[in-house]
Amino acid sequence: MSTNLATRASGVSNPAGATAPAGNHSALPVKAGGMAKRRRRREARAAFLFLLPDGIGLTVFVGIPILLAIGVSLFSVSGFGDYVYVGLKNFQRMGSDTLLWQSVGVTLTMLIVFVPVTFVVALALAMLVKDRFPGVGVVRAIFFLPNVLSLVVIGVLWQFMLVDKQGVLTNLGGIFGLQDVSWLGTPSLALGTLIVISIWFTMGYQMFLFLGGLTDIPNEYMEAAKIDGASAWQRFTKITWPLLAPTSFFVLVVSIVAAVTGVQAFDLVYILTKGGPANATTTVVFYIYQQAFTFGDYGYAAAITTLLVAFLVIVTGAMLLVTRGGRFNADAD
Amino acid sequence: MPTQTETEVPSMTQAESAQAQISHHAPRTLAASVPRARRRARFASSERRSTIIRAVIAWILALITMFPIIWLIIGALRPADQTFSPGLSSSFTFDNLSQVLTQVPFPLYLMNSAIVSIAVTLAALLFHSMAAYALARLRFTGRGTVFLLMISTMLVSLPVILVPLFMIVKQLGLVDTYAGLIVPVIFNAFGIFLLRQYYLNIPKELEEAAELDGCGYGGIYLHVILPLSKPILASLAVLFFLANWNSFLWPLTITQSPNLDVIQLGISTLQGQYSSAWGLIMAGSLVAAVPTIIVFLLGQRWLVDSLKTTGSKG
Repeated sequence: MSTNLATRASGVSNPAGATAPAGNHSALPVKAGGMAKRRRRREARAAFLFLLPDGIGLTVFVGIPILLAIGVSLFSVSGFGDYVYVGLKNFQRMGSDTLLWQSVGVTLTMLIVFVPVTFVVALALAMLVKDRFPGVGVVRAIFFLPNVLSLVVIGVLWQFMLVDKQGVLTNLGGIFGLQDVSWLGTPSLALGTLIVISIWFTMGYQMFLFLGGLTDIPNEYMEAAKIDGASAWQRFTKITWPLLAPTSFFVLVVSIVAAVTGVQAFDLVYILTKGGPANATTTVVFYIYQQAFTFGDYGYAAAITTLLVAFLVIVTGAMLLVTRGGRFNADAD
Repeated sequence: MPTQTETEVPSMTQAESAQAQISHHAPRTLAASVPRARRRARFASSERRSTIIRAVIAWILALITMFPIIWLIIGALRPADQTFSPGLSSSFTFDNLSQVLTQVPFPLYLMNSAIVSIAVTLAALLFHSMAAYALARLRFTGRGTVFLLMISTMLVSLPVILVPLFMIVKQLGLVDTYAGLIVPVIFNAFGIFLLRQYYLNIPKELEEAAELDGCGYGGIYLHVILPLSKPILASLAVLFFLANWNSFLWPLTITQSPNLDVIQLGISTLQGQYSSAWGLIMAGSLVAAVPTIIVFLLGQRWLVDSLKTTGSKG
């Protein structure tokens, strides 16, 4: 190390000395203090360069769009390009927009049903395949398999299985006297069908998240509890559940974000129902898309986007508070 | 642990007794009055029964989960007049697949999807590992702030910022171009977050050794950090490839010309044009699904590792 520093210092001793004349590092000789400072500056410059591509990319393609949404929400945009400042008119319009509130209701239903059901299903699957049995690896992979398919493929596949009067699942329903049910064409059933498909798509992913948490629980705890005669249910409630809390929390966060803004809230709706029948499956993100790209109303779409971002910031902010306020940067300077 | 118990049990292996000793540390309320091994033997048989029950339930559920995917394959291989026949015994044909690959420009769709997914994956791995290296291993003022700012973008997914993002990409003149398909979706803080997490655990000594050898920060990144991060880069490569191969909303928004259609748009077009030709639509879906299933099977180990880490790091 010393030779390295020496060669480096010898080339620059003069400027280094010049930049640190004040000698803030009281105990150090002027030259060494300048060297440390120079090194730190070199490190900071390297960090800047390493961060540059992602820094620019995230700013241009995420940061600015968020700010732009707020800006554009104050304008009325006609066709392509004519901006007229309208103040808060776009926001005022929301109050009387019943279709918007219907879409909020759809997204909330999604949230209230999808999140807990998927949680329970995924956790149950994880408990089921946690320990070895013949073919456990294959079974785990099968549960995950729907998640590697695109939602477009999933959408057309389920549509195919649910074709009125002919699809294989429609016929299966016939066994239970549900032959004439149109699963995707009935307003009161379409959202439920969509949620079932979303659960099928997501459960394997969440199962693996739970498996990660479960493998962290020391086996000795379970062994000891078994020897002490604890039942399987007791072992679950007294050992597994409390120790799994961080994972459960993470799964919930991921699941909530997915239900409100994930691709399933758009792709699946677009392919399966286009928001119908009678707007019964129009989610908020699908409604925003329609406003912007079907009706060309960028201003109004931007206004709804602004409120959605605000909602997400508040929700995740609250979650960060619950999780000991951003422990992400625990090791930052 | 009383030695007496151990001698009573000839079948107890060393590993088992070692485990029993470890379990000593765990909380225990019952006194060890009943010979522990006898109880253990009783558990063993009931445990075997419960394993069998678990295996049977798991396999049944797995087959149910699998059913739609099997139906996709069957649907793609059936002749048009038997699309909806209920049994499995109807005849099979490759007509749908060959029609999709010759009459519908699926080879073009496949190539576009491959170009976009591979380009995004490579660029994302490079940029994210660079950023993660800086955030995990280099000291500079404002590091915590930069990290929090980057991570906070994880809140916002594409459907949320779609409209303003489209406007910006339009301003940049990238609508209906490959660059428009690729560049905006590279940047994603999830990759930065996972890589940084990984880099925090690399021992400092390795960097110091490289520095002794005269490596600058660029050299350390190239010769120390990148080689060490092969497993996590592999997991992220699988994740990024799948996400981009499967993406639909962004290509739908940003492209107009059919020459730029990716595979998911191709299926959606097929759905619109041949709404009742289910054999054709299923064949197209199968063609789109096969690469993802292959990538999943090849990269399963890494993918699963990264998922488990995400779950346990919470």
